[in-house]
Amino acid sequence: MTVSVSLTVNGKAVTADIDPRTLLAQLLRENLHLTGTHIGCDTGQCGACTVHLNGRAVKACNLLAVQAHGANVTTIEGICGAHGELHPMQAAFREHHGLQCGFCTPGMVMNAIELAQKHPNANEATVRAELDGNLCRCTGYHNIVKAVLAGAADMSKSVNNSVKG
Amino acid sequence: MNAPYIGQSIKRKEDQRFLTGGGTYTDDVSAVNQTHAYFLRSPHAHANIRSIRLDQARAAPGVVGIFTGADLAAAKVGTLPCGWLITDVNGQPMKEPPHPCLAQGKVRHVGDQVAVVIAETLNQAKDAAALIEVDYDVLPAVVNAADARKPGAAVLHDGVPDNTSYVWALGAKDAVDKAFATAKHVTTLEFINNRLIPNAIEPRAALAQYSRADDSYTVHVANQNPHVERLLMTAFVLGLPEHKVRVIAPDVGGGFGSKIFLYAEETVITWAAKQVNRPVKWVCERSDSFLADAHGRDHVTKAELALDKNGTFLAMRVQTTANLGAYLSTFASSVPTILYATLLAGQYTTPAIYCEVTAVFTNTVPVDAYRGAGRPEATYVVERLVETAAREMNISPAELRRKNSITQFPYQTPVALCYDTGNYEATLAQAMKLADVAGFEARRKQAADRGKLRGLGYSTYIEACGLAPSNIAGALGARAGLYEAGEVRFHPTGTVSVFTGSHSHGQGHETTFAQVVADKLGIPVENVDVVHGDTGRIPFGMGTYGSRSLAVGGSAIMKALDKIIAKGKKIAAHLLEASDTDIEFKDGVFSVPGTEKKKTIGEVAFAAYVPHNYPLDKLEPGLNEQAFYDPTNFTYPAGSHICEVEIDPDTGATKVINFTAVDDFGNVINPMIVEGQVHGGLAQGIGQALLEGCVYDAASGQLLTGSYMDYAMPRADDLPSFTVDTRVTACTHNPLGVKGCGEAGAIGSPAAVINAITDALGVKDIAMPATAQTVWRTLQSKSKKK
Amino acid sequence: MHTFDYHRPATLKDAVALLKKTENARPLAGGQSLTPALKMRLAQTPALVDLGALEELRTIKLEAAVLTIGAGVRHSEVAESKDVKIGLPVLAKLAAHIGDRQVRNMGTLGGSLANNDPAADYPAAVLALSATIHTNRRSIPADKFFTGLYETALKPGEIITSVEFPLPKRAAYVKFKQPASRFALVGVFVSEGGGQVRVAVTGAANSVFRLKDMEKKLGEKFAPEAIAKVKVSADKLNSDLHAAADYRAHLISVLAQRAVGEALGGK
Repeated sequence: MTVSVSLTVNGKAVTADIDPRTLLAQLLRENLHLTGTHIGCDTGQCGACTVHLNGRAVKACNLLAVQAHGANVTTIEGICGAHGELHPMQAAFREHHGLQCGFCTPGMVMNAIELAQKHPNANEATVRAELDGNLCRCTGYHNIVKAVLAGAADMSKSVNNSVKG
Repeated sequence: MNAPYIGQSIKRKEDQRFLTGGGTYTDDVSAVNQTHAYFLRSPHAHANIRSIRLDQARAAPGVVGIFTGADLAAAKVGTLPCGWLITDVNGQPMKEPPHPCLAQGKVRHVGDQVAVVIAETLNQAKDAAALIEVDYDVLPAVVNAADARKPGAAVLHDGVPDNTSYVWALGAKDAVDKAFATAKHVTTLEFINNRLIPNAIEPRAALAQYSRADDSYTVHVANQNPHVERLLMTAFVLGLPEHKVRVIAPDVGGGFGSKIFLYAEETVITWAAKQVNRPVKWVCERSDSFLADAHGRDHVTKAELALDKNGTFLAMRVQTTANLGAYLSTFASSVPTILYATLLAGQYTTPAIYCEVTAVFTNTVPVDAYRGAGRPEATYVVERLVETAAREMNISPAELRRKNSITQFPYQTPVALCYDTGNYEATLAQAMKLADVAGFEARRKQAADRGKLRGLGYSTYIEACGLAPSNIAGALGARAGLYEAGEVRFHPTGTVSVFTGSHSHGQGHETTFAQVVADKLGIPVENVDVVHGDTGRIPFGMGTYGSRSLAVGGSAIMKALDKIIAKGKKIAAHLLEASDTDIEFKDGVFSVPGTEKKKTIGEVAFAAYVPHNYPLDKLEPGLNEQAFYDPTNFTYPAGSHICEVEIDPDTGATKVINFTAVDDFGNVINPMIVEGQVHGGLAQGIGQALLEGCVYDAASGQLLTGSYMDYAMPRADDLPSFTVDTRVTACTHNPLGVKGCGEAGAIGSPAAVINAITDALGVKDIAMPATAQTVWRTLQSKSKKK
Repeated sequence: MHTFDYHRPATLKDAVALLKKTENARPLAGGQSLTPALKMRLAQTPALVDLGALEELRTIKLEAAVLTIGAGVRHSEVAESKDVKIGLPVLAKLAAHIGDRQVRNMGTLGGSLANNDPAADYPAAVLALSATIHTNRRSIPADKFFTGLYETALKPGEIITSVEFPLPKRAAYVKFKQPASRFALVGVFVSEGGGQVRVAVTGAANSVFRLKDMEKKLGEKFAPEAIAKVKVSADKLNSDLHAAADYRAHLISVLAQRAVGEALGGK
């Protein structure tokens, strides 16, 4: 069986005829060549494949692509500014050395962005608790937590600025 | 950011691509017309294979090829080699039973590879694999090291009736026995160092391409040492000419040791790519990673420390049974021996040490190096013994450590190593200050008032890194040299490409190596790019493991830089009409002291490539130098870890309140990166102590912790923020004065955590991982005893 | 994954018809348990009927004495819902701690209940709060809904439409996580309301269950100390590599007391 799926990915309309078994992560990586979304496990535990579905973080390897029909999907490739400038959360990860091998990073950043939107004034304990859908084996989370706290602060600043502006 | 770069926390060059989804990991590389491989694995821990029927599977849609052990044997494909020969106590070589890439008549662990199915899609490969009929004659299995030599235990390999690869020993047994006989106090511990599953977040993967046009192969593989991978694969298994095989390890998503080894899967698909004449891609799914990646640790140990009445260490005696798993993995034999027993002096002046290691085969996944490799096991032995002895003799743990600490360098240990330098008191004092040890008893009391149990534990470790002086390694059984290679290519317009045999899979070499090069050449760090992970571009390499990259790989680059500067002086001398012995090089400028004469290194480089005014009769054009560096000694990072825990006695849950690590890594190039390495190591060590433990069902040999649903990986809320600092004594024998920092966190921390928990509970010992249930049970049995 | 046909009906009626049409067809809610099972070939179905487009299952309604939540409402929506926070804050808090953020953004109330994972959180709430499960055919009281390991009273082709929670006087849920999966190793939900006290336990046995001994004591006096001496039998509790039955029994006692304390306004 082949089904047609239409969705918006990083602002662009996409239509594909796919086997319904196709996972969203596969559609992104194999059909759309957006290889920044990584696959680290098969039980939905590591979070490396995290993308946004209508603005909410989801695990793209735990979602059939057809479930995203009609939805807005944003991947790590879609959060930079128009001229490639880093999103405040990406910039914070760089500034605070919140990544080492980089494999968990896209999923971690995508989760962190929603985390920051939901908890703009999060403290360390909240950040640690709310990152529990993402595994990192390199950093011991220390600098990821620092980066998320800083990124969240920068995000609320830029929201405030744009509101004022 | 301005020079000097060394010592600055420069933001990482590699981050831009990793943060934007622009990294290129093996699974991100695809070839036109590629096929997909799926490995059928044994569901049994131990079984003879009566027959394998492939007809139905071969007829399944999309199948391109199916191969079994019989095909490999017919093609004379070899078996996977072990790179380190251990000689046993009787002078005999270790037992090295063959490790076939695909099972030859027998499977020896759950997950052992039985067949490879290559199909147009992965789903088709899996569908076809489900149609392969394997008739197994299931045999009894043995999974625990302690059971492997028992009478009646299942025997894995022909010619190894007692499942024992070797019994090996180091140290002076008689002297140790004599010291124990006269000791006033003996501390004894028996424990298991738990088996761990490395779990780099990027699963292993490979893409093999074969070209009929020139009979060559290109293999992308998630690997820590592509040259070693190629050497082992071509020379020992596939019999291919090395120059026809290019191995590329692109961005690699973490290794921790598990991507050092030559595995069956990438070897089989490389061979198969020629058979099917199509590119073959294999990506390990996580569930298979648990069964296919080499595991770590798994020791059963009895350890004793003899002390005199004042607490001076007299001798140490250690007996360990090490579980090798079903086969000897690439460096398996060196881990519980050369990398373990040699570290048992720790930071102490213990005059006599004896260690005996029995290495056994069991029906489990092969065990090999995992972050720390032998040194965490050794540190656990030493630091659990020392802390326990202190409590038994009523001496403060810090005081007992100081009393026995090595203070004079170089120091020759009784277990082969010679420490070149260190200042152990400095790291301990700083750690105690940062951990506020002085305030601990007050915090313990406050916790008790809230019904909680607080504990404090120390661990002061030593490690031997910078593997290794090749002649020493060779004498100890290494079958390869352990130098490193580097090349510095100064481009005509002043930028520099550095080619290193080290491999970065998270360590940030592209940044730190560039800092070193930029300072040495006096050029902006932006003008330096570091290239790694490709046998087609890099002269040679031994790769990254054992915290060796900067100490050995960085030193190779330093040697190449010296050659660049030496040649640059000659060119500058010509241009400046001076003698090259009069030329001084500083901050990127060649000059003749006392004159106005000078040339920048960029001008010199340009002259080297556009040699219109050049001493062509004496000097070759170009500014491109290679070097191989072989270290003269190991490096000896050391440090002090202090862990403070709080336990909820009602549930047994343990929370790490604070973890302090003060390390001496020698000179530090990039403090930010070094701290990051410590953090990651600590998480793995704390993970070992509290959460992670690989569990096999003893009867069936099934892996019970076979996914993230059951194998507890540390998550952000399992860990505290860490307090880390460094104290520096520069390494005396490499040009950068560096020692290595990648493993220290994982080496020192497990003992600190368990020392803290046993302190909180008031018990002598507790098994790792000290889960809530284990802690609760320990409290239950303690209250029953009362 | 094995192959399957895929349908995405727009109405409940169509969904029911599609489920009837193919034997062993399975409804797909958030898919946070079903999709990994399909991926690992632990589950197989000839047809998936995706309930994701059924807007009629996505409402939350707060009335004087009851809160009704549509089966298709996602965990994160329950956690963030103003109505839930006002009417049944304990449920908002429970939902905010199911799985992880990504799971909460996909998983639904109905999917969780229909799956009846022995370590899931929602079943404890439904049972302790004496909720009513509405389906396209009937209304099922919580006490009759959870029938065994991954088993419920649902018949083939029956779809949960909403769950009606009577609002308790007070309630709390405390869980102790299994360290790897982060599901409940043991979770205890206590509630007092409608003239009764109910204590439901998840994670400890093959399905969620009530502890009537504790309910009786708490009915006499709703205080932690009232149940401190109630012995929890380890018979019928799970033993696995994370916890033996006796440890689970112990945790039930500890967590129940903590839940009562929390329900009383302590922390």
